Amino acid sequence: MTIMQIIFLITASVTLFAALMVVSTRKMMHAAMWLILVLFGVTITFALLETRFFAIVQLVIYIGAIAILIIFAVMLTRRSMNADVPQVNRNWWLVMVSSLALFVGLVTVMSVWEGFFVTARTAPPGGENLVQLGTALVDPNGFVLPFEVASLVLLAAMVGAIYVAAERKEK
Amino acid sequence: MIPLSWFLTFSAALFCIGLFGVLARKNAVAILMGLELMLNAVNINLLAFWCYLYGKDLSALVFVAIVFVAAAAETAVGLALIISAYRARNTAVADELNLLKG
Amino acid sequence: MGFIQFLIDPVTFIARWLQMLLAGWGVPAGWTQFILFVLGAGALGTGALMFTIALIWFERKLIGRFQDRFGPNRVGPWGIFQPFADMGKIFTKEYITPDGADPVPFYLAPILVVMSVVSLWAVIPFTLTVVGVELNVGVLYIIGIGGIGELAIIFAGWGSNNKYAMLAAFRALAQLISYEVPMVIALLVPVMFAGKMGLNDIARAQDIWYIVLCPLAALIFFITSTAENGRTPFDLLEADSELVAGFNIEYSGLRFGFYYVADFLHAFTIGLLFAILFLGGWRGPFVEQVPVLGVFYLFAKAGIVYFIGNWMRASLPRFRIDQMMDINWKILTPTALVLVMLTAVVDKLIASELLYLQAAVLFVLNVVLLVVIGKVIDWYWAHRPRPKVVATPRPVARYERSSAQSHPGAGQ
Repeated sequence: MTIMQIIFLITASVTLFAALMVVSTRKMMHAAMWLILVLFGVTITFALLETRFFAIVQLVIYIGAIAILIIFAVMLTRRSMNADVPQVNRNWWLVMVSSLALFVGLVTVMSVWEGFFVTARTAPPGGENLVQLGTALVDPNGFVLPFEVASLVLLAAMVGAIYVAAERKEK
Repeated sequence: MIPLSWFLTFSAALFCIGLFGVLARKNAVAILMGLELMLNAVNINLLAFWCYLYGKDLSALVFVAIVFVAAAAETAVGLALIISAYRARNTAVADELNLLKG
Repeated sequence: MGFIQFLIDPVTFIARWLQMLLAGWGVPAGWTQFILFVLGAGALGTGALMFTIALIWFERKLIGRFQDRFGPNRVGPWGIFQPFADMGKIFTKEYITPDGADPVPFYLAPILVVMSVVSLWAVIPFTLTVVGVELNVGVLYIIGIGGIGELAIIFAGWGSNNKYAMLAAFRALAQLISYEVPMVIALLVPVMFAGKMGLNDIARAQDIWYIVLCPLAALIFFITSTAENGRTPFDLLEADSELVAGFNIEYSGLRFGFYYVADFLHAFTIGLLFAILFLGGWRGPFVEQVPVLGVFYLFAKAGIVYFIGNWMRASLPRFRIDQMMDINWKILTPTALVLVMLTAVVDKLIASELLYLQAAVLFVLNVVLLVVIGKVIDWYWAHRPRPKVVATPRPVARYERSSAQSHPGAGQ
C-alpha cells in the first residue's frame, strides 16, 4: 500500500460520507457545509489524477463561487421548510433502491471490461500541458466552436439569472 | 499505484448519492446540491479516463472545462429561479410549486 | 566545503541531507517525499506564524509613528516584547460561545481564516531553489485560496447567531467577491508577459521588472488586494462605528487572535505576492551564485510594499459602501479590461526580442491610460448627479433661542 493509495482511500471515504450527509441531513445550512467538504474531496481527487489546473479550477469555481451562491440561496429561502420534518419524499425508499441498483449495475458492467484494472498512467506526470490546452481551445481546427458556445451559454445564463432574480418595483 | 477501478467506483458511488438527492429531496436547493454531486462525479470520471487511457488527447480536458461552465450556468439560473419562486409563492419546496397542475 | 554549501543554500542542503538520511534508514521513496513535504509544510507554517509576532510589533510601532505617538514602548526595549504580552493575555482569556451559535461553522471559521493566508505561502518562491510547491498554476491558486477566506467569513457570520455579524459578513462578502474581478483581470497581465502561471516562472521571467511594463496593473493589484485584506481605506467589514466590530464580534480569546494573526500576516503576504509578480521576486545581484540572498531581496521588496500599505492605512479615511462599489465596478474593472486588451495587442505587435522598445511602449501606454482615466473621473465628478435641494437646512438647536429660553420645549 503506497502513500498515494492511503491518501486516496481517506479522501474517498470522507467525501462519500460527506455526500451522504448532503442528501440526508435535515438542516439545509449543514447540507451546504457538507457539500463544501465534498467539493474539497473532489479537489484532492483531481490533484491525485495529475491535473493541477482542474484541481485549482475546482477550488475557484465550485468553492469560491458555486458553494457561496448555494449558501446565499439557503439563507434567503431559510423559512420555507421546517427542519424537524423529514426532508425526503414519500417514495424515498424506492429512490434509494434504484440508486443502489444503479451503483451495483455500473460497477458490475465496468468490472467485466478489461480496462477496469489498469494501473499504468498515460498522462504527463507534471500536470497537463496548459499551453496546449489553451491553444486547442481557440484553435479553429480544435475546439473553438464549443468554447465560444460555452461562453455564450454562460453569458446568457448570467443575464437570465439577473433578470429572473431581480426584484421588480411595482408602479 | 492507484488502479483506475478505484476512481471509477468512487465516482459511481458519488453519482448515485447525487441521484438519490435529486430524486428524493423535497427542497429545491437540496435538489441543486444533488445535481452538483452528480456533475462532480462526471468530472472525476472524465479526468480518470484522461489520466489512465487518453493522456495525449485534449478532448477530455475540454469536456471537463465545458462541464464546469455548464455547472456554473445551471447553478446561477437554478438559484435565481428558486429565489424568484420563493418570492412569489413563499416556498422553496419542489412539491408545492404546482401552479401548472390541472 | 560542506559548510559553504550549507551557507549558500541552507534549505536545499537540509532537504538533501534528510533525504539521504531517510534513504539510509530504508524508507521507501514515496514515503520519504511525503515526510519531507509534511516537515516542509510544518516549518513553513510555523515560520509564517512566528513571523507574524514580529509583524504585529512592527506595524503597531509604525502606525504609532505615523500618528505622532510612540507605539508600544513599555515591555522590553522599544516595546519589542509587547506582542508576547498580548499573546499571554489572549491565551488566558475565556472562550465564549454565544447562545444559539451553530458550533461547527463557529469553530471552523477562525481556522479557515488562518489557513487561507498560510496556504498562500505554499507557492511563494523565497529564492530560486526554495519553494514549497512548484505549482504550474500558482496565480490561479492565489485566487482559489481567496475563496476559502470568503467561506470563513460567511461561516463566522452565520455561526455567531448575531445580526451584526451576519450583516458584516454580507458586506464583507460583497466587497471580497467584487474586488476579485479586477484582481483576476489585472493578474492576467504578468501572466501574459511571462507566458506561464507559476509564481517562480514569473519571477524568473522578469528581466525587466513588470512594474515598469505595467504600472497600472500593479496599482490595480495593490488596491484590490488591500481591499481583499479589508484594511483601511477598505475596512468596511469591520467598521466599528456601524457594525459593532464586524463579522468576528462574537469571538473571544485565541479564536479572536486567529483573525488578528490572519489580518497581519495577510498584509505582509500581499507584499510578498506583489514583490514576486511585479518587482522581480528574489532577483537581484549575485542571486544565481548565492541563492540565499534571494530571501533577503524578496523580503526587502515585500517590506517596502508592506510599508506603503501601512502608510495608506494610517493616512486615509474609510470609504462609504457605495463609494467602495463605485471604485470597483466603475473604475477598476473597466480599466483592467482596457489594460489587458492594450497589453495583448502591444505584446503581439512588437516582437519580444525588442524588449526595451516593448517596455517603453507599454510604459507610455500605461501612463497615458492613467491620465485618461484621471480626466474621465474628473469630468464625472464635475458632472455627477447631485440631489436637489428641496429646502434650506434648518439647524436642530439654535444658540440664540436656547440662551433666551431656559427650557427648550417650553416655547412651542
